[in-house]
Amino acid sequence: MKDIYDVLVIGGGPAGLAAAIEAKKNGALDVLVIERNGEAGGILHQCIHNGFGAVLFNKDMPGPSYAEYFVREAEKFGINILTDTAVIDMTASRHVYANNIISGFVELEGRAIVLAMGCRERTRAQIRIPGTRPAGVFTAGMVQRMVNIEGYMPGNRFVILGSGDIGMIMARRLVLEGAKVERILEAMPFLTGLRRNYVQCIKDFGIRLDLGRSVSGIIGDKRVEAVRTVQVDESFFPVPGTEETIECDTLLVSIGLIPENELSRKAGIDLDPLTGGPFVDDKMETNVDGIFAAGNAVTIYDIADYVSLAGYTAGKNAAIYAERLKSGNTAPRHPNMFKINCGYNVRSIVPQYVSPETLSGNGFTLGLRASRPIEKKVLMEVMTGSRVMKSYRENYARPAEMIIRKIKPDEWACPGMEETGELEIRLIEMDGD
Amino acid sequence: MENHVQNTFDFIIAGGGIIGSLIARELTKTKNRVLLIEKEADIGMGASGANSAIIHAGYDPRPGTLKAEMNARGNKLWEETASLLDIPFKRTGSYVVAIGGKEFGSLEPLYRRGIANSVPGLCILQREEFLTKEPLINQTASGALYAPSAGVIDPFMAVIAAAENSVKNSATILTGTELLDLIVIDNKITGIKTNRGEFFTRWLINAAGTGSAKIMHMAGVRTEFNIRPRRGEYLIFDSAKISLNNVLFPVPTDKGKGTLVSTTVHGNVMIGPNSVEMDWPGRTETSEEGLGDVLGSALKLVPSLKARDIIAQFAGLRSSGGDYKDFIIEIPAGIKGMVNVTGIDSPGFASAPAIAERVMELLTGAGENFKFKKDFEPVRKASPCFHRLSHKEKAELVRKNPAYGRIVCRCEEVTEGEVIDAIKSPAGATTYDGIKRRTWLGTGRCQGSFDYPRVIDIMSRELGIKVTEITKKGAGSEIVFRHTKDKEGG
Repeated sequence: MKDIYDVLVIGGGPAGLAAAIEAKKNGALDVLVIERNGEAGGILHQCIHNGFGAVLFNKDMPGPSYAEYFVREAEKFGINILTDTAVIDMTASRHVYANNIISGFVELEGRAIVLAMGCRERTRAQIRIPGTRPAGVFTAGMVQRMVNIEGYMPGNRFVILGSGDIGMIMARRLVLEGAKVERILEAMPFLTGLRRNYVQCIKDFGIRLDLGRSVSGIIGDKRVEAVRTVQVDESFFPVPGTEETIECDTLLVSIGLIPENELSRKAGIDLDPLTGGPFVDDKMETNVDGIFAAGNAVTIYDIADYVSLAGYTAGKNAAIYAERLKSGNTAPRHPNMFKINCGYNVRSIVPQYVSPETLSGNGFTLGLRASRPIEKKVLMEVMTGSRVMKSYRENYARPAEMIIRKIKPDEWACPGMEETGELEIRLIEMDGD
Repeated sequence: MENHVQNTFDFIIAGGGIIGSLIARELTKTKNRVLLIEKEADIGMGASGANSAIIHAGYDPRPGTLKAEMNARGNKLWEETASLLDIPFKRTGSYVVAIGGKEFGSLEPLYRRGIANSVPGLCILQREEFLTKEPLINQTASGALYAPSAGVIDPFMAVIAAAENSVKNSATILTGTELLDLIVIDNKITGIKTNRGEFFTRWLINAAGTGSAKIMHMAGVRTEFNIRPRRGEYLIFDSAKISLNNVLFPVPTDKGKGTLVSTTVHGNVMIGPNSVEMDWPGRTETSEEGLGDVLGSALKLVPSLKARDIIAQFAGLRSSGGDYKDFIIEIPAGIKGMVNVTGIDSPGFASAPAIAERVMELLTGAGENFKFKKDFEPVRKASPCFHRLSHKEKAELVRKNPAYGRIVCRCEEVTEGEVIDAIKSPAGATTYDGIKRRTWLGTGRCQGSFDYPRVIDIMSRELGIKVTEITKKGAGSEIVFRHTKDKEGG
């Protein structure tokens, strides 16, 4: 193992592997992927359902096959993958401290770094579900790992809180393993996961989904015995008289994902409170020079293909950065980046910054999420000051589905836009149809 | 923890909380056979494992009470106890924060009470001086009572360390062992009946917390006295999101010291408790109202706390003596061979070393002629805590033992080596929660989602039990029911 690499990639999932491959393709000589699990591929190994690869390969693949493609590509390009290794610390000067049982506790340096740590699950505590603390309260992703990788069944009668994709997919999986899913509860008045998962996992399996209902308490001293549930209004206040206790031995909590950025904080990387991940520019570079980020560590994507695409962008630019550093040409970033702000009904945007060179040069990919669902034609407007610079039509806007747009060169251009320095995007319901 | 244990002892202690464990440790200094029994699957699972983790300075109890005396003495003794037993303990000092002019007036009586209780270093700070000490405090604070001797402690590790040291000095600890009845001959306790058979003893020391009144009643002692558990609920915040310099109390009311805001030895801001009277035996469940009250009260002291940064919640039960407001530490009249330590609510943890000391004095006073061992080992060394080490120390540790090279808990950076240490230590963990209390894994922002499958496998290997036999906190709390493809219940 070397001490210094052109590109160090932290995390060997769909973002990290894509970044490593693209870095190599773009001239990086030494690329190392650090992966904390026993093999690369990340969360995809436990995602044994299909639905991967539609954008990149025009195929409907299960998660492990999608992962295998990237692992093979990485092998083909001679990329080193350090498995069973946890990165413990990172500095803004791109020094990384990693730990494993073979090499021990080591210090590595990257001329460029790509952060691809993925995400973690929100837990019971974050929505303050009161009650006891028995065995049998698990996050859905952890149970997915237990069932699909370890082969353990951590319950027989489940209630699932949250209609996100993992929750719905796990509902089907648990039924297939002989468990009973008593109910799926969703506090929002709308489905928070993809429509296709509702059809394939919930409807087809006859599982009951209650919208606008949440868990108000956990019962059971040693093991979960039941959950108290209650209908909630749009502000999540309980509606009196709607309480229902549902007997079960397991509560699966599937209430969203949070980008994982402990390391980013240690290196002084600024995080966007709206995405939970680093602020990035169109090159997927963070505010710290030479540290790039991609995938669910940046923002929670709905589809793995987009995670990998973001990885490609980050990896390519990391390779270019490393090459420049080696040649002593450390040109500073464009001083006048446009900040892209969230306007009406936009919850988050990635990237948050775009340089004028990119707008007139290669263009970039924009990803955003709506705050609330609009089930009819939507106008996505890009504003500079109070002027609408460009507008796009969308068939609908759903918080569960990311709106991804490839912005072509000079597509966003308007006289005087450089003066404001900021852009804003909003999602507006169209009248009529 | 062993299958075949002797059944005759000089002292049996009922209750493996901080008081029982420290009494056990005191007794192992002497040439006596000591047994500590605990009904739960691990030590420290009652009030000792669910409290404010504060070593109170001692200005709060009414002067002249046992509470006042034990608190001031215990506070002093913790310094040495924590140091000998390698327990994380920091004398941070504490502030009682007055909001508005009216509350400022109530600092003076507290100050005077503290002086009467011999609390060292107390002083009242004016607004300007106090605001510089804690930038996040409510800016309408009018002043504060500063108590430099208050501290924060790791309450789990305190119990575990005392128990480990007792075992090292040849005490026996039996978990999952519940006292069911007393064996009394000629009005003298000679033994106890438990779910694991009979044990004989010269003395029974009742330190059973919420269960202590029941044991007294078995002996016909203080039949009018009952434990009235008071529940306290708490919330824990993400250490990366907010940190505070100090332990902050509101001005106390007749309901108690109020909801405090502190930073634990692990670096998390913790708020709580409220105070809810319950019928015996009480329940350690949190409630929506309770958690709401706790957050509301804490926001008065620190307005910048954000509900979205909460990562955990819990509730504990104070073993209060109801209308009997003081601690009871006594050799009761009417029966021989019994020591009662009961009614220990706040400041019980702060008082614990003094209570253990007092129990030894009572025994001596009752004619117990203690002979002290020459080979007593007073020092207990904590096993390595990976995330607290420097980079250099980490590298050295992993070089010596590669098991510390595998991280099993990403948030708290706990390694496989530490999990093995927790299992192999003298009063070792047998449950998932036991490992959590000893290593701090699973306590971070992912609350165990990452470590669970990994820890289950390590536990299965190290304890030599099936995955389906692993529990969170004792029988009935199994985590995995079966393997996939097995039939339900198969």
